Amino acid sequence: MGNPVLEIANLRTSFSIKGNYHAAVDDVSLTVHENEVVAIVGESGCGKSALALSVMGLHNLKTTKLEGQVNFKGQNLLNLPVSKLNKVRGRDVGMIFQDPMTALNPLATVGRQIEEPMDYHMKLSRGAKKKRVLDLLRRVGIKNEQRVFKQYPHELSGGMRQRIVIAIALACDPVLLIADEPTTALDVTIQAQIMDLMKDLQNQIKSGIILITHDLGVVAEMADRVAVMYAGEIVEIAEVRELFANPLHPYTRSLLNSIPANMKAKEKLHVIEGIVPSIQNLDRTGCRFAPRIKWIAEEEHEMNPQLHEAEPGHFVRCSCYKNFHFPEERVGAETYVTT
Amino acid sequence: MSLLKVNKLKVHYPIRGGFLRRVVDQVRAVDGVSFELEPGETYGLVGESGCGKTTTGRAIIGLNKATEGEMLFEGNDLAKLRGSDRRQHTKDIQMIFQDPYSSLNVRKNVLNIISEPLRNFERMSPGEELKRVQTLIERVGLNPESIYKYPHQFSGGQRQRIGIARALTLNPKLIIADEPVSALDVSVQAQVLNFMQEIQKEFNLTYLFISHDLGIIQHMCDRIGIMYKGRFVEEGTAADVYNNPQHLYTKRLIAAIPEMNPEKRFEKTHLRQSINEAYRTDYDSYFDKDGRMFDLKRVSDTHSVALQ
Repeated sequence: MGNPVLEIANLRTSFSIKGNYHAAVDDVSLTVHENEVVAIVGESGCGKSALALSVMGLHNLKTTKLEGQVNFKGQNLLNLPVSKLNKVRGRDVGMIFQDPMTALNPLATVGRQIEEPMDYHMKLSRGAKKKRVLDLLRRVGIKNEQRVFKQYPHELSGGMRQRIVIAIALACDPVLLIADEPTTALDVTIQAQIMDLMKDLQNQIKSGIILITHDLGVVAEMADRVAVMYAGEIVEIAEVRELFANPLHPYTRSLLNSIPANMKAKEKLHVIEGIVPSIQNLDRTGCRFAPRIKWIAEEEHEMNPQLHEAEPGHFVRCSCYKNFHFPEERVGAETYVTT
Repeated sequence: MSLLKVNKLKVHYPIRGGFLRRVVDQVRAVDGVSFELEPGETYGLVGESGCGKTTTGRAIIGLNKATEGEMLFEGNDLAKLRGSDRRQHTKDIQMIFQDPYSSLNVRKNVLNIISEPLRNFERMSPGEELKRVQTLIERVGLNPESIYKYPHQFSGGQRQRIGIARALTLNPKLIIADEPVSALDVSVQAQVLNFMQEIQKEFNLTYLFISHDLGIIQHMCDRIGIMYKGRFVEEGTAADVYNNPQHLYTKRLIAAIPEMNPEKRFEKTHLRQSINEAYRTDYDSYFDKDGRMFDLKRVSDTHSVALQ
């Protein structure tokens, strides 16, 4: 593993709802190293996007309170004035957005949009800039780059547009990339292409990548390390092979069991009881997943759940994982075999 | 006898232009599709966006007009029936829509949403209607008291259950489910899929399951048809298609499913690369000169592939 690029320490992002602040990201600590893909998985509302936007400083500060530290290149991004933050965003940190249909400006040509971050962050002559843009287009797998340079987003397909969004993120050689659901809006075959492209680029640029997704398949293909989030907290964090071979937290195990691909055809999928709590109604004492695994005795949970290192590098929150079983399994069964 | 037999169905949209906006060309959204549904089975239609899978479903239920071809539902051609004859069969075919957020009328409460089909087709007193709606809403796992609530008071999964309850009111024989879970989170998705399997047995339903998610299709469907540019690429049982794909396009689609085992991710990438390579070299043997699929040819009793 390389040097740490980004260190998030005790980050808490709270949104103001009717005058009260409620934490959507609650005390999250995470380190991203050079040349490492850290995936953040969870269902909608778990705080994964709020986390990414906090790192980028894209929340509206009138309604958002940010606490903790986001250390990047020796400075805490949370305390940086906007003028200084703008020198970091788009240059050292690139962002790939979810929906390529809305992330691009419909009124500017592709070439213009990829040049834009270079205008802000690099001093390049016109010729050098154009050369760089064409080179970027080739690197993201666009073959007729001369023509695409002059085209507008509406002339391109979804997959092509996502490639452009990636080219913009890469424009100034970032050391950290944040990809927020980069393949969710795309078709399966295009998703596969974009995943392969991102893996390929990762090998070239060696930057750290935060990959935010709800799709465990994308995680299994792309990530080096995985953080599973539930209700604003990281509940499990491990190296990707370890996580899929040996998932520990009840939430991770439930999620894996609710995916059709993991089950035999016509077999019943696991259903997680109850619903994801909203940040206003969330009970912040005790294990946050407890209301959804009611068959587990109260004593199994911790009063104040902490992350425990179950295996080297494999952290799980709360002690309830130790004796967790699905309701259909026998109580007291020692081992659980994933299919 | 099969419940539904679709024979050479075509749905074309005219492109108008030029002088007097004459028809200059056609968009061949569905271009000669044939398949049969046996009672009680789940048939999956898969393909990427724009392949015509939704248009096929909508043509069967009558939301699109079929340009050509037959759709024999219990022996009657839905494409030719008009007026009251057609209406008799609308009862038997119902639809579950993709997005539970936009397919429920926000200004109606659950009672009115679910009883709308009843009011259209059956004469019931308000008391009977209420009773029927209450049993249905209980069956889909919602509180019977919630029938006076409005859609915005429910979560995504609950809304989709309301959509399903609405589809069930008239005891249909065929349900067309157009991407019923793609707007939902994984855990909620599991809930809805399990539930669809339960009611299938209970009400003896036949599903036409339309989806782009190959994992879900494999889980739910007995037989599968893969579509590309309005035509069938491959058709067969789930095992035929997933374990023994014959057409290059099918192989590519299956290779695109993300690998759930991190140990095998490099193999998967290589597999995709070799298929892309094959796409360049063998293109002509899989697609005709217009880039369209050939007609289906049988390779076994259950398995057909579009090859020359």
